[in-house]
Amino acid sequence: MGLTGLEIFKQLPKKNCKECGQPTCLAFAMQLAAGKASLDACPYVSDAAREALDSASAPPVALIKIGAGEKAFELGNETVMFRHDKRFEHPTGIAIQVSDNMSADEVKAKVDKVNKLVFDRVGQVHEVNMVAVANDSGDAAKFADTVKLVQDNTAYPLLLTSGDAAAMEKALEVAGANKPVVNAADAGNYEAMVALAKKYEAPLVVKGSDLNSLAETAEKVAALGYKNLILDSGARELSKVIADQTQIRRQALKLFRPFGYPTIAFANNDDAVMESLYASTYVAKYAGIVVVNSAEPEHILPVITLRLNIYTDPQKPIAVESKVYEILDPGPDAPVLITTNFSLSYFCIAGDTEAARMPAYIIPVDTDGISVLTAWAAGKFSPESIADTLKNLGIMDKVNHNKVIIPGGVAVLSGQTAELTGCEVLVGPRESAGINSFFKQQWNQ
Amino acid sequence: MAVTIAKERWTSKVAEEAYGSQGIKVGGETTLPFLQFEGEIPNRPVTALEVFDTEPKDYPDFLREPFADVISDPVAWARKVVELGADMVALRLMSAHPDWNNASAQDVAKTAKAVAEAINVPLIVIGCGVEDKDGEILPVVAEALEGQKALIGCVTANNYKSITAAANGYGHYVIASSPLDINLCKQLNILINEMGLPLDRIAFDPLVGALGYGIEYAYSIMERARMGALTGDKTLATPIVAFIGQEAWKAKEAKDADAPEWGPQGDRAILWEVTTATTFAIAGANIFIMRHPESIKKFNAFVDEAMKSNAY
Repeated sequence: MGLTGLEIFKQLPKKNCKECGQPTCLAFAMQLAAGKASLDACPYVSDAAREALDSASAPPVALIKIGAGEKAFELGNETVMFRHDKRFEHPTGIAIQVSDNMSADEVKAKVDKVNKLVFDRVGQVHEVNMVAVANDSGDAAKFADTVKLVQDNTAYPLLLTSGDAAAMEKALEVAGANKPVVNAADAGNYEAMVALAKKYEAPLVVKGSDLNSLAETAEKVAALGYKNLILDSGARELSKVIADQTQIRRQALKLFRPFGYPTIAFANNDDAVMESLYASTYVAKYAGIVVVNSAEPEHILPVITLRLNIYTDPQKPIAVESKVYEILDPGPDAPVLITTNFSLSYFCIAGDTEAARMPAYIIPVDTDGISVLTAWAAGKFSPESIADTLKNLGIMDKVNHNKVIIPGGVAVLSGQTAELTGCEVLVGPRESAGINSFFKQQWNQ
Repeated sequence: MAVTIAKERWTSKVAEEAYGSQGIKVGGETTLPFLQFEGEIPNRPVTALEVFDTEPKDYPDFLREPFADVISDPVAWARKVVELGADMVALRLMSAHPDWNNASAQDVAKTAKAVAEAINVPLIVIGCGVEDKDGEILPVVAEALEGQKALIGCVTANNYKSITAAANGYGHYVIASSPLDINLCKQLNILINEMGLPLDRIAFDPLVGALGYGIEYAYSIMERARMGALTGDKTLATPIVAFIGQEAWKAKEAKDADAPEWGPQGDRAILWEVTTATTFAIAGANIFIMRHPESIKKFNAFVDEAMKSNAY
């Protein structure tokens, strides 16, 4: 990260052999520094130089790919502690756990539930990401059977949890081709677990009993040449998980290499409400993967929703689609409310209109997702854009009146909007909280 | 291999305030939420349950149920929320709203006084939300509550003068409310402070959104404000109030009784309110104004765990 061409050049063989496709080693170094070439193109680079260059150019948190196929996803590449500084790159993977102590029917029923945890929000589909299988039985054959059953019934990547390398081996014989997460290598079993993970090129969780032992085992695993890793500090209590997740992220950003990987946090709790609260907290506090037991939508929807919120890019406003939104089944006499397609503007108005129990049409004008006053100042929320939107959506054909309502903050647009649209323009409240009063005082009369 | 624990060296802290004659303390932390391994968090987040001074119109049945026997009697309702374990009572003077009963300042002040005298916890008094009307009624309420050290709001850029003067004169605290912008938060704190009310008599409300409804905006404002406070910006160092219940119970996910794809309403509605609260707790809020008694139970259970030592 941030190496100059000259710094890279020093590590190269300086043979100027041109086999990389560049005229000289220096030219190749410049391409590397610009991120336009890969070190793999150099046939003569020494292992020591490769190691030095790889680690110097590695991102603070390694990018790790989980699973295979269409439900595969990535973790890592994070660069900040706070989302307002840049943004969180890869949303936390949510894993729901089944146990190999469950009967085949129970496992199937739970996996079916997991498959149905798909929620639509403002036109986007949000879902969980993994099924975790825990080797609670201690029996290798049972573990492999359960893993097979789960794999046959879901497209989600698996997370295989067993401390027993023999059981893990059996499970990987069944599921290894789909690159499940191998959970976990610890101080006692890491050699066997690394060998297995390597064989299947599967991501490997390194588990410590605290941060010190985690760093130690992660170093040993890296020394064996395996860097497709996920970190578990071993903490399971809320306050300790918050502290450890914060430490691991801080250390990773300071380029402390043993912690330069995504993390996993276990929220599993017998009380499903507490479990959901813990999972939401870990989503906000840096966990790459969070594991829970509950597959009930009431416990998972809040976690998925918070993930959606926290992992939005704070520098890029979220937009809703510019279309006719119908609130409470509006009829031809329902009011037509105009706003911008900044999602928060839309949500506030939709929420307050619903709360006022007023069937209505909401028309968000496409302002690239910026808010009413900002869009007005930028000329994106104008009489012209309002008139175009009304016309394109054909909304005035759906109603038996000729009135539209614009936000109070842009009352100044009313005259010209009336001229361009031929509608009677009513000026609504400045804040959406005033909508109820507005309907009572100005619409119902 | 010993890991050198990375600790931030913060130079300042959040203002510590004490409400009510009981002196319930909030604020005072010298680090970010629940990072007690690197600083002091002397006071845990506190909860309040809302009480309406007239029967609320938009409570879904699920939320109405625990208060069914007291919902039209603010004094009985307030006593009940104290029994239910709220650290404070948040009395909402909706009857003053021009669309509700348009009650007079004297009427609402009488109710506020009766509620304050019926409870042994600090009182938060919230106006009807119409800025002009609140500017009229809250000074009268402040006078009626003289000596109660109540937390009064919401004070906005449009009505802060009359309310601030009264709060100062009668020994109360104010909630300064500004819309989702850290500079507006700061500016309003400064305006109020310039009228002579000390900064440690202000708590600020960044107008939070619920889970799924813009929660991330206030989340980041709180994180930024806490970092401001810890690095010495006194005008951002006031405790943070989050109106959790008011927002969470607007969400369909909380109030819809019948939404099978989202699961039964019980845990779903409670989780909508509590997840909104715990998310703001990890961002730095101090005072959590909620609506359902089960929500404060779960929130407190979460805070019990989050406040445990995580020293290295």
